[in-house]
Amino acid sequence: MSDEQRFLDRLAERNAQRGDEPTWIAARRQAGAARFEALGFPHRRVEEWKYTDVRDIARNDFVLTENADFSPATAAALTLPLDAHRLTFVDGVFAPALSDLGSLPEGVQVLPLSRALEENHEAVGGPLGRLTGVDFSSFAALNTAFMEEGAVVRLAPRTVVDKPIVLQFLSRAGEQDVMSHPRILVEAGGRSEATLIEHHVGEAEAANFTNLVEEIILERGAILTHYKLQEAPLKDRHIASIHVEQARDSRYVSFNLNLGGGLVRNDLVSELNGEGAEAIYNGLFYGQGRQHVDNHTLVNHNAPRTFSRENYKGILDDRAHGVFNGKVIVKRDSQQIEAEQSNANLLLSDRAEIDTKPELEIYADDVKCAHGATTGQLDEEAIYALRTRGIDEQTARGLLTLAFAGEVMDRVDLDAVSERVELAVAGKLPERFNLAGLVETASAFSEE
Amino acid sequence: MLEVKDLHVTVEGSEILKGLNLTIGAGEVHALMGPNGAGKSTLSAVIAGKDGYEVTSGSITFEGRDVLEMEIEERAQAGLLLGFQYPVEIPGVKNIYLLKAALNAQRAARGEDEIPAPEFMKLVKEKVGFMKMDASFLQRAVNEGFSGGEKKRNEILQMLVLQPKLAMLDEIDSGLDIDAMKVVADGVNSLRGEDKGILLVTHYQRLLDYIVPDHVHVLVDGRIVKSGDADLARELESRGYDWVVEDSAA
Amino acid sequence: MASQEMEELVRREYKEGFVTDIESETVPPGLDEGTIAFISKKKGEPEWMLEWRLKAYHQWLKMTSPSWAHLDYPPIDYQAISYYSAPKRPEDRPQSLDEVDPKLLETYEKLGIPLHERAALAGVAVDAVFDSVSVTTTFKEKLHEAGVIFCSISEAIRDYPELVQQYLGSVVPQGDNYFAALNSAVFTDGSFVFVPEGVTCPMELSTYFRINAANTGQFERTLIVCESRAEVSYLEGCTAPQRDENQLHAAVVELVALEDAKIKYSTVQNWYPGDEDGKGGIYNFVTKRGDCRGDRSHISWTQVETGSAITWKYPSCMLRGKDSVGEFYSVAVTNGRQQADTGTKMVHIGEGTRSTIVSKGIAAGRSDQSYRGLVKVGPRAKNARNFTQCDSLLIGDTCGAHTFPYQEIGNSSAKVEHEATTSKIGEDQLFYCQSRGIGEEDAVNMIVNGFCKDVFQELPMEFAVEAEALLNVTLEGAVG
Repeated sequence: MSDEQRFLDRLAERNAQRGDEPTWIAARRQAGAARFEALGFPHRRVEEWKYTDVRDIARNDFVLTENADFSPATAAALTLPLDAHRLTFVDGVFAPALSDLGSLPEGVQVLPLSRALEENHEAVGGPLGRLTGVDFSSFAALNTAFMEEGAVVRLAPRTVVDKPIVLQFLSRAGEQDVMSHPRILVEAGGRSEATLIEHHVGEAEAANFTNLVEEIILERGAILTHYKLQEAPLKDRHIASIHVEQARDSRYVSFNLNLGGGLVRNDLVSELNGEGAEAIYNGLFYGQGRQHVDNHTLVNHNAPRTFSRENYKGILDDRAHGVFNGKVIVKRDSQQIEAEQSNANLLLSDRAEIDTKPELEIYADDVKCAHGATTGQLDEEAIYALRTRGIDEQTARGLLTLAFAGEVMDRVDLDAVSERVELAVAGKLPERFNLAGLVETASAFSEE
Repeated sequence: MLEVKDLHVTVEGSEILKGLNLTIGAGEVHALMGPNGAGKSTLSAVIAGKDGYEVTSGSITFEGRDVLEMEIEERAQAGLLLGFQYPVEIPGVKNIYLLKAALNAQRAARGEDEIPAPEFMKLVKEKVGFMKMDASFLQRAVNEGFSGGEKKRNEILQMLVLQPKLAMLDEIDSGLDIDAMKVVADGVNSLRGEDKGILLVTHYQRLLDYIVPDHVHVLVDGRIVKSGDADLARELESRGYDWVVEDSAA
Repeated sequence: MASQEMEELVRREYKEGFVTDIESETVPPGLDEGTIAFISKKKGEPEWMLEWRLKAYHQWLKMTSPSWAHLDYPPIDYQAISYYSAPKRPEDRPQSLDEVDPKLLETYEKLGIPLHERAALAGVAVDAVFDSVSVTTTFKEKLHEAGVIFCSISEAIRDYPELVQQYLGSVVPQGDNYFAALNSAVFTDGSFVFVPEGVTCPMELSTYFRINAANTGQFERTLIVCESRAEVSYLEGCTAPQRDENQLHAAVVELVALEDAKIKYSTVQNWYPGDEDGKGGIYNFVTKRGDCRGDRSHISWTQVETGSAITWKYPSCMLRGKDSVGEFYSVAVTNGRQQADTGTKMVHIGEGTRSTIVSKGIAAGRSDQSYRGLVKVGPRAKNARNFTQCDSLLIGDTCGAHTFPYQEIGNSSAKVEHEATTSKIGEDQLFYCQSRGIGEEDAVNMIVNGFCKDVFQELPMEFAVEAEALLNVTLEGAVG
């Protein structure tokens, strides 16, 4: 039996258990399955997957679950200490007991996908799948075939959400590896404003497969800050496609922070469709052990006077493998474009590898586009300056490595996120750098 | 405490210091003056262990230890601290981390435990206040985006926290307005003590109105050609360096 | 820029377009083992060479044309191409310029190449390839004294078979890629340079290639070997007359640098780019690779690419030797319907290897241009260094400029930096020049030449002048 067939069999089993569904869902499920079958799992001969081998997913037999049980104490320890509207999913299954929507302000809807479908499936069916169709990738097709849970966030025009909206995905350790195919849909009305935090975390021994598809629609002037804090267990496989459509004057700020997961692939795509639309991508990835972290980003400047700024940083230790592929496309007649892209990487071990490819495809002349990629060394002058203060060379290198990540974290406004990441990075840095105690004290100091 | 004997140093093949002798005892403040290009900054850079300076002969000892044999950080841990003329910017490294790491390194070298967090916070806050700096500054990256004056204050703040036995301050007055100069001078004066030495490297006498030295040395062409007390500095201010240069040539 | 002026700029005549009337001895179009045997026999090659060609041919048969480049062209009918043409009396080659067919010299005149003047004044030896057979080689004596071998590849196969057998295909193996395999099977001429140990070649070596006969593919094969501490600078320049049918060019250049050797390879390429609709231009699929085999060896590629309808070219360096150095300096100008996908590969294998890449792309008209580069640092390449600067300038809003840089880094001590920018000619720069009384077109030429300065200064003096002139011709009328 082929790898693909094994997944299709699981789908058939699941479909047999399912009750009646609206016809559009059944039709898309079918289209997704057909497309997945035709495409098959991606191979490294395909340019888009040149550096990422997904056999660890394809060859595995993942089951689906309907059980959202999770130790409340463990969940509490994993949850970000934030006053927030929160939806929690355990292995893709909605967990009401671990969720807290508090009192949502007027004009704000935050719903599990299943409930949104129950309430008004047609309202979901319109936008869902419009940005990420089954042709995007075999994983998007697979997600469409399996989709049943996830989150729907709707903001009425001019709504400003007071607290961050947290979508928490917990991965649970169990006898059998589980897969989930969450689907997130965000519709932000004109001039609405919100912060969305997507948090992936779980029990250390978990080894599950999350295959996420997110579609985000920003109407005119909407502003969304989207944190994706991916701290999944080190054996988890994590595939995510995030597609953002931006109308005039909208602003999308992404913090794509990847610290966990064994095999990670993120595809982040923005369609800048109206003048004044702006996409800001901040990324940080840290790999150790045999982690594989692949970030693919694409900004389509489809309209004149659109802007993008991208800054990704990678730190790789042990035998970790990092991939960065950033692409900016300026369509014909999209004049007065400004696009900046940079990727900087640090290798801490000789067995670590980074493959980076910042691409520009430009079909208009009135543009200012620049990109840079560096892989390299810490600033020797800075190391010297620290040593003249009595700090030994290894600690100096540790501090500068932390600072390297800090350049992305400095743009984070939420202390709960930036401190969490800073501590995690300090904790992950090799012991020879001797940093963990230092950073703890300093964060305690800043809280005073 | 510091003894420099017949020091010869070359940089990229040309000799900058040509037999320099200098002794600094505990409790003393020395000012090293001289025209541009005389080698003033070279001396402090060599003592701090900067790359690219080759000591061809002579010796530097600090409290009986051979400084030239010590690693850069060992020198700082032993209490030899250099305040830079042009402090480097270190993006992303918070001042608070630098202070904490440096202080603990110094304590570890003395065989002491790490400083307890509350004690550290108290110490740092006090010194920040003394230097009339805002506490938020501790969370900023080292010197990044600082004005010239802020960088110099930061150098002195580090001195106040680390309490070196011998502080070497390279052109610490350059780029300072009069108010900042007073703050910096107050900081330096508070470093004075019976068991402590200070070496001020400066081109102008102005700073010495605020930090009165016990000894003034004039460095010309790689050698100390004249030494005296604070009056010598004032004489240099009114007469310039030329007469010293001529005297030494004669 | 007003669109009218723009169009004027874009519509420029191909200045080097004319046809020289020399009869060719041409085999009928088509490619099979018989064609290869014919070529080999015509060249008087030994048996091993024919076998080598046939091996390449069989590999080629199993391969498919690459499709990854950002290029769009109709499929090439390899059976419609004639693989051999030669001037009528190949055995009767002139020994000096005086013996050269005056028509050929006239051709050079039209091209504005003061061949004899340059040869005499600048001391440059010229191995002019007219169609596929060497016509003239000068300064052989002087080179011979220094111990440098500089001859056509055919002569080399005949006169220095051991050297050719040792090095041919050792950098670009027969089956390396589709076009290299094709070249290996059917190459008809090219140059061979061998600089023995410790010798610095006493003059710059230069060859002018021209494609002349209609429907004839040109398959040059160049092999340059520098032994330990040897040095050479090689210049290659090309122009081609106007033709209606597309002409295929698939050259292979192999460079071998042993310990402390230094090879500088410069190219100015100005082949016919096709008419306004892109019809009739040259298809240029080139494999150029240098092997820094010895410690501290140094290979430098400099190219100015202004011609061809399609360019597919990635001069590369395999940095094997410890502390070896690779360099790539490139200016590519596309106009009209030209398409270029060009760049380099720097493969860091040895310790302490260093590479520099400077690429300047200028796209105008309806042309499409891509920089494609790979910097690879292997696990043993301790302290490897690369710096890449890659800038594109767009003139007009109907062209495209793309950048595809790959970095594959597997060593923590590596330092690899890539910087790229894409922009249009600065309005303020143009305005500044114009306000100083400089005409718009001159101003653009000035700015474009300034933009390319970093590359031009790598070219040998006389080439730099030619390159600037070529750039201005290519962009003639193109600015508003």
